[in-house]
Amino acid sequence: MSATIDQTALPTQEMTLNMGPQHPSTHGVLRVILRTDGEVVVNARPDVGYLHRGLQKIAERNPYGSFMPFTDRLDYLASMNCNAAYAWAVEKLAGIEVPERAEFIRVIVCELNRISSHLISFGSFTADMGAFTPFLYAIRERERVNDLFEEICGNRLTYNYCRIGGVSADLTDGFLGKVKEFLDYFEPKIEEYNNLITYNKIFVGRLANVAVVSPEDCVAYGLTGPNLRGSGIPFDLRRDEPYSVYPKFDFKVCVGRGEKGQLGDCFDRYIVRIDEMRESVKILRQAIAMIPEGPVMAKVPRVFKPAAGECYFRAENPRGETGFYLISDGSANPYRCQIRTPSYVTMNIFEKVTEGLMIADIVAVIGSFDIILPEIDR
Amino acid sequence: MSLKDIHLDAKAIFQSLKTRFGDAVVELQETGFNPAFVVVSPSAILAVSRFLCDDPSMKFDSLMCLSGVDYKDNMAVAYHLHSMSLKHIVGIKTFIPKDAPRLDSVDSVWPAANFMEREAFDLFGIVFSGSIDLRRILLPEDWPGHPMRKDYVYPESYHGVKV
Repeated sequence: MSATIDQTALPTQEMTLNMGPQHPSTHGVLRVILRTDGEVVVNARPDVGYLHRGLQKIAERNPYGSFMPFTDRLDYLASMNCNAAYAWAVEKLAGIEVPERAEFIRVIVCELNRISSHLISFGSFTADMGAFTPFLYAIRERERVNDLFEEICGNRLTYNYCRIGGVSADLTDGFLGKVKEFLDYFEPKIEEYNNLITYNKIFVGRLANVAVVSPEDCVAYGLTGPNLRGSGIPFDLRRDEPYSVYPKFDFKVCVGRGEKGQLGDCFDRYIVRIDEMRESVKILRQAIAMIPEGPVMAKVPRVFKPAAGECYFRAENPRGETGFYLISDGSANPYRCQIRTPSYVTMNIFEKVTEGLMIADIVAVIGSFDIILPEIDR
Repeated sequence: MSLKDIHLDAKAIFQSLKTRFGDAVVELQETGFNPAFVVVSPSAILAVSRFLCDDPSMKFDSLMCLSGVDYKDNMAVAYHLHSMSLKHIVGIKTFIPKDAPRLDSVDSVWPAANFMEREAFDLFGIVFSGSIDLRRILLPEDWPGHPMRKDYVYPESYHGVKV
């Protein structure tokens, strides 16, 4: 039954509100221009670019290898994944064979970083929804991942660990044992999160049936990663367009199931990330068991000049598909480096899905898409 | 799917486009290109896109990446397409003159194109006619010029702040 409101009896005026760029729940400096009718959002238009640093231009002014530290700054919660994606892209362009041990190391660090990135996503999302405690749990576990990374590359946030042709240094003695220890500690924690917050009635109430994205829209608007799988499409580049040593591992592609409401709502996108942490643990256990001995760097000339050509490489990062379109003109610098980032493309659908929601739901939408601003603005 | 399959597909796609669109399909860029590019003339880009998206043998339902490129003599827009159901990949490229970089927008075919086109407009100055919303996106509204062009001259200052 739809209630008809007599507009003359109850006149309301549209209001324009600025949400951000400084706003605690926009995960950075995202500005959303809201047009609201009471508490209902008539239109929410994202305004991005506050963190634009011209990384694509910087890429053209630096040799291939020197751009590696800048990829850390694309998605600072998943620097390893960005590092590795760039390295894989350049290796595809130049046709470099990477030693198998290096590929295993990359997969191990990427999956560890996926766990820590999903932890932050889970923690900040629940904090946005008004439950602060889970954030502290997430940070506690992430700390251990940071410790592990610090041991192999000296950094805790921007790692600069991958190199074109391998990784900067071999794993330290006993590192794999520590990873195993972490996994044994971490795996039961996922169940703890579910008990703590996932099926909490208020939390579910805030997310179920909010901002439903249909599978067709997902593909048309270029959503990738957990946001795509949240709408029930089992597409994962690690399985469907395999790169590196991913074909060696057995893991499940997690999809949303419409568990608490309609398929493709905020809850589905959230639960996919929780499930994916389990799969990452699975991949890590297999990788630790299978990692071979050997060198960690291929022979790459000091002055590295790939032959003229163009290539596009995309990798499955925690936030979706990160792609590099590289053009080489035969010199030491890339002629062009287009960086396709998942959060940027995701923001395209924002205006469409937020129409008719409550203002408080906007926060849920931003959190469930798990956007990160430096990656949007580049 | 191996890399070889992708290349084979590109050839078949090129043939299929060639028979349908004739001279509007210029060439196949294959050696050194991964994935291969089908070069089409700018006037046909919308029709070709529509065909690639809707045709049951193509089904390129997802636009992975849209990039502007400045090749010094002319400019280009590169589209990387992927089919979720048929799992094939192809690149489409179109060259446009540098003094009048104008092209039909494809956001009616792939809505994902909108933000990517806005980026190409912002950083390269490529105008996508028929776009639903073509404004600068990453740079401020009043930024002079398009910085990703190869002949871009860096400004001395912006609003009195030294760059």
